[in-house]
Amino acid sequence: MAPPFPWVYTPPAMAREGKNPSPSSPTKPPKPSSPSKFKPKITQSDDLPLEKDLLLRMHDVMVKARCLEERLIAMYKSGHGYFWIGGPGEEAFNTALGLLIKKGEGPAYDYLHFHYRQSATLLAMGEEPLGAIRQMKNTATDPYSGGRNFAGHFAKKAWNVAPVSSPIEVQYSMAPGTAWVQKRFGGDGISIVTGGDAGTAEGDFATCLVWASRPGKEVPLLILVTNNRWGISTPYTDVQGVEKISDRGVAFGMRTKTIDGNDPISAYLELKEAFEYVRTERKPYLVEARVSRLYGHSSASGANFVTNEADCIAQFEDRLIKKGLLTRQSADALRAKYAEELAELARQAKEEPFPEGSTIWEHVFKGEPARDPLATEEG
Amino acid sequence: MANMAQAVRLALHYAEEHLGVTDIFGEDVGPPLGGVFTCTQGLKTTWNSPLDERGIIGMAMGIAMAGGRPVAEIQFCDYIYNTIDLLKLAGNTLWSSNGQWNLPMVVMTPVGSGIRGSIYHSHSFDASATHIPGWKIVMPSTPLDAYGLLLSACQEQNPVLFLIPKALMRIKGEELIPGEPSEDKALSKLIDAPLGDRTQWKAQWPAVQPVSIPLGQAKTVRAGSQLTVVSYGRTLPMCLLAANALASEGVDAEVIDLRTLWPYDWATIKASVAKTGRVLYVNEDTEVTNFGEHLIRRTTDELFYKLLAPPKLLAGKFVPGIGLADTLEAASVPQQSDIHAAMKKLAAMEP
Repeated sequence: MAPPFPWVYTPPAMAREGKNPSPSSPTKPPKPSSPSKFKPKITQSDDLPLEKDLLLRMHDVMVKARCLEERLIAMYKSGHGYFWIGGPGEEAFNTALGLLIKKGEGPAYDYLHFHYRQSATLLAMGEEPLGAIRQMKNTATDPYSGGRNFAGHFAKKAWNVAPVSSPIEVQYSMAPGTAWVQKRFGGDGISIVTGGDAGTAEGDFATCLVWASRPGKEVPLLILVTNNRWGISTPYTDVQGVEKISDRGVAFGMRTKTIDGNDPISAYLELKEAFEYVRTERKPYLVEARVSRLYGHSSASGANFVTNEADCIAQFEDRLIKKGLLTRQSADALRAKYAEELAELARQAKEEPFPEGSTIWEHVFKGEPARDPLATEEG
Repeated sequence: MANMAQAVRLALHYAEEHLGVTDIFGEDVGPPLGGVFTCTQGLKTTWNSPLDERGIIGMAMGIAMAGGRPVAEIQFCDYIYNTIDLLKLAGNTLWSSNGQWNLPMVVMTPVGSGIRGSIYHSHSFDASATHIPGWKIVMPSTPLDAYGLLLSACQEQNPVLFLIPKALMRIKGEELIPGEPSEDKALSKLIDAPLGDRTQWKAQWPAVQPVSIPLGQAKTVRAGSQLTVVSYGRTLPMCLLAANALASEGVDAEVIDLRTLWPYDWATIKASVAKTGRVLYVNEDTEVTNFGEHLIRRTTDELFYKLLAPPKLLAGKFVPGIGLADTLEAASVPQQSDIHAAMKKLAAMEP
């Protein structure tokens, strides 16, 4: 039987161990109809070239983020939220990213133009998961949108997190603007924009490449694409002819690379190099990260775990265990601990009230009273 | 007296010197051209953007997010349509972040007919703009108002769309901008870029003073007792001319320049219509789901028992474009004679 997702990249090591049914399964090698010739450099070796503390911290955040997403899905499935979308499968890349961000408010710090799959980035930055749960439950206490927006739609001005919005890729048009101010401001704050592969078909992605690389006016912008090779149900190879999205940056004279986003170590080291370049050179860098999508696009497609894509946490745990930095028991215990903590937070959020209907008039305009502008004296 | 293009330029000069405007940009906004209507000649923070309207709006949003104060231009409003979801996003950024992120940004764009601009240089945007909550929408009809309203826009904490009626761009005002030289051609010599090589040219800015025209305040430009006419932009001066002409025919019309479309000055309209019992709304955007239709709805909701005649709207015809030939343009958007006739007819209606 032909695998349903022949284009999915799975590291050979995983396939050999039979942990993840994949196109490279020894029983029946697939013949993809339109394969990508590109294979990211396999970096998931036994060497773990980072400090033990950092490795374990990354693992901790990844597990926590997975447990958060799984709790959000469980909330959706039990009627405690209307819609779920998030980032299970992207924890390795997003965690590495979050650990490298210069967190704060204003142009001295990094501006973050994210999309809706980056809970792991926020957790890696030190965010408490309760906010995401409240947003899922659309309570008045939701710190990002006050019950107005979907799960995963973070906004946190204190950390320069621009509001995540559902129309994918609009963030690519805005990000050069914050980077432009930072270029003028000086210092080492940069802007970071993330989107998915499907959305790079939008004109906003081209806008980003053009505006980031104007001659003599290049801006400190780290342009990220997490490529899970899906646009909801449409395979990347059905709709895009470019083999590596990062190649699109080459035409604009910017540095580019495509990395294995499922390997937190590789992602960390590759991102670190890109961060350092953008911080010091004050020029853009385009990084494409190949990642998995482990629960489908969103709740609209069922939000069920898929077994034919690489699971970055399972892979990383195997390597940590092999190296003696973790045991199976300690890994399982960590997961159980976070699962229970998040279940408790969800129980807490379930008791919290929705926003009052009358609050729709709040924050239409800054500095102005919340009122219905068409209200009459008679009511 | 400054014309509207010069008034916009003077306001932007004042704003970049005193109000913290950091970036004035758009297609051909910087030197050497200084804008296709010359609105941005000689300014110090102007620059030319790529030919990319979505990039222009996105850039303005990003600059505003990071603490800058941008004034972005879309060269003609006919080309703003591919930015409409970014305009929506700018309008909902404060709301969707529950009050965290506001965007102090101004987008200015020339609108409307009157320069024989054919299908893609004649359209209006006020009907579409007033469907996008979260924006303040301004449209002056005199140079002095353009100056004062733009100064207010540049001090706003929220996104402001500044619609400039291009038919009025070259019309000189009747009131001096404070600090403007009174001699007729003196201003042009100081701030209009010369033809030919401009590389060495610098504007000699007069010491203009601020004028405060808060957003949301209409202006009653002619008092009258029998009929209220509410308009803005290109059609406003025509309404005033028609009212003056009709005075000799025994029709006493009150003319209100709305100036700000959102938030709009309902108190002024309401008081006037309550007094006259008759109202004509005039603008040149297409008439189906036109902003004037909203004003009529509110008029009937709140003033029904005060009305002596049905509230009326005179607006652009609901056709896909404004044709190039004089005859086609005249048939598509309200002209002086149309306004005159509509006012006269409304004044004659009795319950």
